[in-house]
Amino acid sequence: MATDLHRPVTTEATATEAVRVAGLTRAFDGRPVIDGLDLTLRAGEFTALLGRSGCGKSTLLRVLAGLDREIEGTVLVPKRRAVAFQAPRLMPWKRVWRNVLLGLPGKPERAVAESALEEVGLGHRSGAWPKTLSGGEAQRASLARALVREPDLLLLDEPFGALDALTRIKAQHLVAELWQRRGCAVLLVTHDVDEALLLADRVLVMRDGAIAHDTSVPLDRPRSVGTPGFAALRSRLLGELGVEQPAAAPASASASASAS
Amino acid sequence: MTVDHAPPDISVPSEKAAPPAGPALEPVLPAASRRGPLRSVPRWLRRTVGPVTLLVLWQVLSATGVLSPDTLASPGTVARAGADLISDGTLPSAMAISLQRVAVGLLIGGVAGIALALVSGLSRLGEDLIDATVQMLRTVPWVGLIPLFIIWLGIGEAPKVALIALGVAFHLYLNVYAGIRGVDAQLVEAGQALGLGRWGLVRHVVLPGALPGAMTGLRYSLATAWLALVFGESINADAGIGFLMNQAREFFRTDVIVVCLVVYAFLGLLADAVVRTLERLLLQWRPTFTGQ
Repeated sequence: MATDLHRPVTTEATATEAVRVAGLTRAFDGRPVIDGLDLTLRAGEFTALLGRSGCGKSTLLRVLAGLDREIEGTVLVPKRRAVAFQAPRLMPWKRVWRNVLLGLPGKPERAVAESALEEVGLGHRSGAWPKTLSGGEAQRASLARALVREPDLLLLDEPFGALDALTRIKAQHLVAELWQRRGCAVLLVTHDVDEALLLADRVLVMRDGAIAHDTSVPLDRPRSVGTPGFAALRSRLLGELGVEQPAAAPASASASASAS
Repeated sequence: MTVDHAPPDISVPSEKAAPPAGPALEPVLPAASRRGPLRSVPRWLRRTVGPVTLLVLWQVLSATGVLSPDTLASPGTVARAGADLISDGTLPSAMAISLQRVAVGLLIGGVAGIALALVSGLSRLGEDLIDATVQMLRTVPWVGLIPLFIIWLGIGEAPKVALIALGVAFHLYLNVYAGIRGVDAQLVEAGQALGLGRWGLVRHVVLPGALPGAMTGLRYSLATAWLALVFGESINADAGIGFLMNQAREFFRTDVIVVCLVVYAFLGLLADAVVRTLERLLLQWRPTFTGQ
């Protein structure tokens, strides 16, 4: 993999911002789920947002996507942004290529959709109905639909959550590859610590409606769970998420644990 | 502790000559082997078996005298009466008039029902204004409105068309409205995230999602349209299939009455075939159970 294509984390002073959030509050029936949250994402940076189930990380993503506007505070996002949800959410009444082009301004050609589908390895299914796609294929189509918008900010809401373990590994590689080629800012919401460390430049942990922990991931790419430093980061993040680790056990032995 | 039980046989298979007895196995047959002789018959032929059997039974009952000609004419007599009515032009012209009434009624009722459903389905304000009113009016049996329609609209074409339009409008309204409100909110949200505007959402997400409901409504409303036609034409008609039937009643011509009924049934069947074709074309994306 071409490690020189992505921007190193250390240039943050000169890099422009992709997202700026200040004092964001979102309450459901008076109960704040996001409470005075501040967040800055740099352009071209891959950020993972970790948190326990129900901590408000998906709500934050929906706010950034513009889907949730019952908010207080400042939220600045790029105009061109795209979302891939946990479920593919393809329109069942549109063939795959029409799903990819849905919502694009003007009258784009089918070839535009096909090149995006080619990029996720789905060029041969462009004329298929969504009901004939496998889970992994549907998720890749959803990714192509996000990429065809050429977003400056790509929001991924646990996009691998519903995939089986093998498909998930392939999909993670695909996302890493696409990000390195496109160079857009990515916010990946997940509850899987390993996934966050494999993909992201920077990992945020959300707790009590705010960013509780912010760490950069200075590991060389491509990464694996065996990469030096991985285990240490992993156990630190699990600690931040409130998962007790057995003191004696080497962290790499329980590689499949996640913090959901 | 002494070992007084032998360990289970499974752990030492090499010691014993006989393999352990497993559960009885049964083959899982491929679907093709389930095709009996009846399943290899083409579907259109299988579907004609029922009606043909009924027809044969009717002919047999008539020929043996169980059914007297005064009660019900035999299929042969009915066929002859039908041929006569076609050759002297009575039936074609009556059919044309009846079909025209249904078409106009369907058009007016369809436009009204779908328009109201769109307004109340797409906006909460529309729902508050329209839905309660329509639901209230729906409880009035529309056949009971015939006397009022005659007083308001006279005895010409207008009351008949109005009756058909009314029956059609309610069915379409209910099903299109339910279809719109049944659209998956996650898909609407996905459409928003993709940058679709209000009209784009309606066109690409809400209306296609409401289409299955609309098709169900269309089927119901077609059935209602024929029913309303029969009611409408049995009162004060001077042309059309209903008029033909009334005339036949005065002369005790059960054969002509049956011909008219067959025509009604045939037209209903035709309408159903049109809807089936529409469904096959428009709803081919649907991942639903289609029977085994």
